[in-house]
Amino acid sequence: MDLFADAIAWIFSPEAQSGSLPLSEAIWTHLAFTFVSVLIAAAVAVPAGWLVGHTGRGREAAVALSGAARAVPSFGLVLLLVLVFGVTHKVGASTTAFVLLAIPPILAGAYSGVEAVERRVVDGARAVGMTSRQVLGKVEIPLGLPLLIGGLRSATLQVVATVTLAGYVGSWGLGFYIVQGIQIRDFAQILGAALVIVVLAVVLDLLFALLERAVVPHGVAARRSAD
Amino acid sequence: MSWVVENLDLIGRLTVEHLRQSALPIVLGLLLSIPAGWFAFRFRLTRGVVLTAVGLLYTIPSLALFALLPPLLGISFLSEVNLIVALTIYAVAIMTRFVADALSSVEPSVRQAADAVGYGTWRRFWQVDLPLAGPVVLAGLRVTAVSTISLCTVGILIGIDNLGYLFTNGYQRQIIPEILAGVVAVVVIALLVDWLLVLAGRALMPWTRKGA
Repeated sequence: MDLFADAIAWIFSPEAQSGSLPLSEAIWTHLAFTFVSVLIAAAVAVPAGWLVGHTGRGREAAVALSGAARAVPSFGLVLLLVLVFGVTHKVGASTTAFVLLAIPPILAGAYSGVEAVERRVVDGARAVGMTSRQVLGKVEIPLGLPLLIGGLRSATLQVVATVTLAGYVGSWGLGFYIVQGIQIRDFAQILGAALVIVVLAVVLDLLFALLERAVVPHGVAARRSAD
Repeated sequence: MSWVVENLDLIGRLTVEHLRQSALPIVLGLLLSIPAGWFAFRFRLTRGVVLTAVGLLYTIPSLALFALLPPLLGISFLSEVNLIVALTIYAVAIMTRFVADALSSVEPSVRQAADAVGYGTWRRFWQVDLPLAGPVVLAGLRVTAVSTISLCTVGILIGIDNLGYLFTNGYQRQIIPEILAGVVAVVVIALLVDWLLVLAGRALMPWTRKGA
């Protein structure tokens, strides 16, 4: 367990606080990459997913896309885009890779959320005179929110892991400490950075778990607990 | 394209290595997740514990997991064992939820009928519950296989050669076709294994073919 003590000592060492890449800066960069990429991906995937779920059009393509995307190795995609964009555009290239990886799970969350709304509920909404747009906006989207948040959750975790791998192409984010630690055989640094990454990922996951519960509409939540 | 043609030997050799390294975690993931999924399905108390544990494991980014395992298990950081244990953990994390859902999807009336004609718990599990849960378990196995094959490439960061070698080597030498060949090879073998699993499922579970 000495290694864990060394790792924790590394986290609080002056070297980690104010070396060439201060830990606080690495954490912020890691989070910034994650949030920006997930937001851009959501701006594209959420409306597209809602439309697919509402109309049922393009469903086959959306299902195939989210299935096939799992096969794409994220590390390879980052390195490929960095070379394609040119090594002077590492930030743009990496962000593009993160966005591409975040789109499929968000798309799946958005369309499956709308699709999962019971047919009877949608028919009821139409019967009381709601237009197609109102059915989507007032019934399908609110009821589908938990699944959408679930999609955002998977996407965020996927991006956090991929930003870690992107430490290979630039001295940014928490993954850089691990990549550098492997080169200089500094196991305290490797394990210390790994612990910070785990805490970051678990905290983000927990926030999404809470959010998933919070977005269940009141009436629905009451009926579920009464069952 | 000329890079690919000149290096077909290398790509072939790395592909074989890649499949060898991915196979064990996929098989172990299936075997370990059946008891874990059963515990999650059977008891309310263990359900929360098991599903929370696998959820947390799945949250850990791969590069961080490679760093955590050696001090916990006393294995070497730059070793194939480290890669295989990490991939097995992710496989179990994905599969367990599928197995638990699969067992829940079996109609309770079927289970009662099996009890009524005298099946014991053990025999009912293997002859009634598991076969009926098969299609959902297979869906989980397909997700697991594809993710494992794709994630395996990260092994190159801890010095394990597989198709991931084409990523780092291509990056260092600035050869775009090399990285592209690696990405395409991973996607192709992942989808090929996925397709083989579908075929195996049809052969092993003829009852799913008849349709409802």
